[in-house]
Amino acid sequence: MKVSTMAEFMARGEKPEVLFWVGCAGSFDQRAQKITKAFATILDKAGVQYAILGKEEACTGDPARRAGNEFMFQMMAYQNIQVLNGYEIKKIVTTCPHCFNTLKNEYPALGGVYDVIHHTTFLQELIELGKIKFTDSNEWKGKSITYHDSCYLGRANEIYEAPRKVLESLEMELREMKRCKSKGLCCGAGGAQMFKEEEKGDKRINTERANEAIETKSDYVASACPFCNTMMTDGIKNRPEEVKTEVLDIAEIIAKAIQ
Amino acid sequence: MAYVAGILFSAITLIAFFIFIKKLGKIARNIHLGKPLQINDQKSTRYKHVLLLALGQKKMFRNPLVAILHLFVYVGFIIINIELLEIMIDGIAGTHRIFKPYLGNFYDLLINSFEMLALLVLVACVIFFARRNIIKLKRFNNKDLKGWPKSDANAILIIEIVLMSLFLIMNATDTEANYLVSSLLKPAFEGFQATTLSAIEHTAWWLHILGIYAFMNYLPYSKHLHIILAFPNAYYAPLIPKGEMHNMPSIQNEVLYAMQPELAPVGAAAPEKFGAKDVMDLSWKNLMDAYSCTECGRCSTACPANSTGKLLSPRKIMMDTRDRLEAVGKNIDINKQFIEDGKSLLHDYISVEELRACTTCNACVEECPVSISPLDIILELRRSLVMEESNAPSEWNGMFSNIENNFAPWKFSPDDRDAWTKQD
Repeated sequence: MKVSTMAEFMARGEKPEVLFWVGCAGSFDQRAQKITKAFATILDKAGVQYAILGKEEACTGDPARRAGNEFMFQMMAYQNIQVLNGYEIKKIVTTCPHCFNTLKNEYPALGGVYDVIHHTTFLQELIELGKIKFTDSNEWKGKSITYHDSCYLGRANEIYEAPRKVLESLEMELREMKRCKSKGLCCGAGGAQMFKEEEKGDKRINTERANEAIETKSDYVASACPFCNTMMTDGIKNRPEEVKTEVLDIAEIIAKAIQ
Repeated sequence: MAYVAGILFSAITLIAFFIFIKKLGKIARNIHLGKPLQINDQKSTRYKHVLLLALGQKKMFRNPLVAILHLFVYVGFIIINIELLEIMIDGIAGTHRIFKPYLGNFYDLLINSFEMLALLVLVACVIFFARRNIIKLKRFNNKDLKGWPKSDANAILIIEIVLMSLFLIMNATDTEANYLVSSLLKPAFEGFQATTLSAIEHTAWWLHILGIYAFMNYLPYSKHLHIILAFPNAYYAPLIPKGEMHNMPSIQNEVLYAMQPELAPVGAAAPEKFGAKDVMDLSWKNLMDAYSCTECGRCSTACPANSTGKLLSPRKIMMDTRDRLEAVGKNIDINKQFIEDGKSLLHDYISVEELRACTTCNACVEECPVSISPLDIILELRRSLVMEESNAPSEWNGMFSNIENNFAPWKFSPDDRDAWTKQD
């Protein structure tokens, strides 16, 4: 697909409406790349003029900071802010709640002040503005789905409604897990856990959460974070019996229904 | 005789308050061992938090049934303290129900409502005691609470049950009084001589007020201190999004001067130590958090690591911080200043394995009814581990070097960052 970089916009003397911050998972992880492509497709179809940083994007430093390596975080933040300020970026949309949290809450103190929006909120806005139109044969209609709250979207930034509203706009049947919203159970990936083995315990966190999702007997599990997506997919895959429940990002669901 | 009792009572009152205030002073001193942190913004929001979270106990209502029982104990405690004023004046002046002639019918209404509340407190405390010792609720029978913390919790409940019973017995044996709840107890004292009744009434009166003074002085050693510290703790609760970590300007500047040496001031002081190894390295808010914790365990129940059997327990993080701070405080009491004791919060109280299990999900912070952040302490200790001790699991070291060299936590070529645009 044709995606312009900020450098290309700059060369044409133009500025995009919004910068799509892809994030490391969205850029490199095979599963998350599908989410990235789904979201880029939506942006195209909704007529949003957007750019990516491409090779100029780098890790926000979130996992390094949470692991305790403030030096590494500050190095990454410095580089990214140089690039973002260099392009005079005003608005950023991202499919990763961890990037979202860092860009929105932690970069301002370091001189990087942007209007940062998570893709679920952005999708909700596009739907409300009528920029996203669904096909007549809405294959999601009446399908049951349970939404897994990402900690960095939910408790960290109190975004609970946008992802749910998006699913409801597709007339899906939303089923809540016993722990949801501010009580939602973590998938186990945050705080740089994604990048190491879990500590010793009775069970894995993602197994526990996958069980809660399965208990809702939903057709699908919705995620809004590439790391949650991986954890939930693995948790469901590791169950003793085979379960058909598929884990999909909100963007992937919309991409399949968009005109 | 009344004269002697009045002097004795006044002396006991003075001593009780003196010891209590002196101990509170020590706690304030211990809290101030923490690093300075300026919190003086958004005053109206902060007062709102005090009203909603501390006075209104908003978080407690995440579990409405328990919240109502807790509310009985709490409102009962506060309102019955109004009656304490009369009890104290009676004690000093040798009077008996000094407010009664002035308040008339309103006095009876007051005492009747105090008695109703006393009964509700009593019932709630019995239920709470049962939850801990008969139903054995998981979060109250966890290894965090082994030993003293478990006895502390039971002691508080028993003291409250005894105090409320004494208050009711005192009224029941007062021949001139006839109040709602205590009148139900009157049959138990039927046939007693007037002098016996008076003796029981006086004994109950003394035991009740001495019990309250003893309880007041027990507070600073107990988890029950939350009844005081919940208020300032709600006021000073962070107002930033929960996902935001505290910035470290010293490191921010280090990086800035490395990148733009022309900005570096001449003879810039080397940064202080990084993160927290001991309680003195934490902020005073972290330390006040530790004294505010009532060890209810809502944090640990919600913690994904704790509930899947990992060693980490946010409640234990808070209890360890308080224990260590108390030890440091004692050290200062004895030596006039802190003498190195070869121990630290990190390693001696909180282990690396505990810290490593945290997913930074903020469930503990969200649950805490008194605005404590165990996560803040965990993250400060992690900073010390990684930056002072280079103590990280090998996978994390790999992640750090990938970020440094490949600008992503995985070992992919930065050139492939936009490779997805070329896939179909």
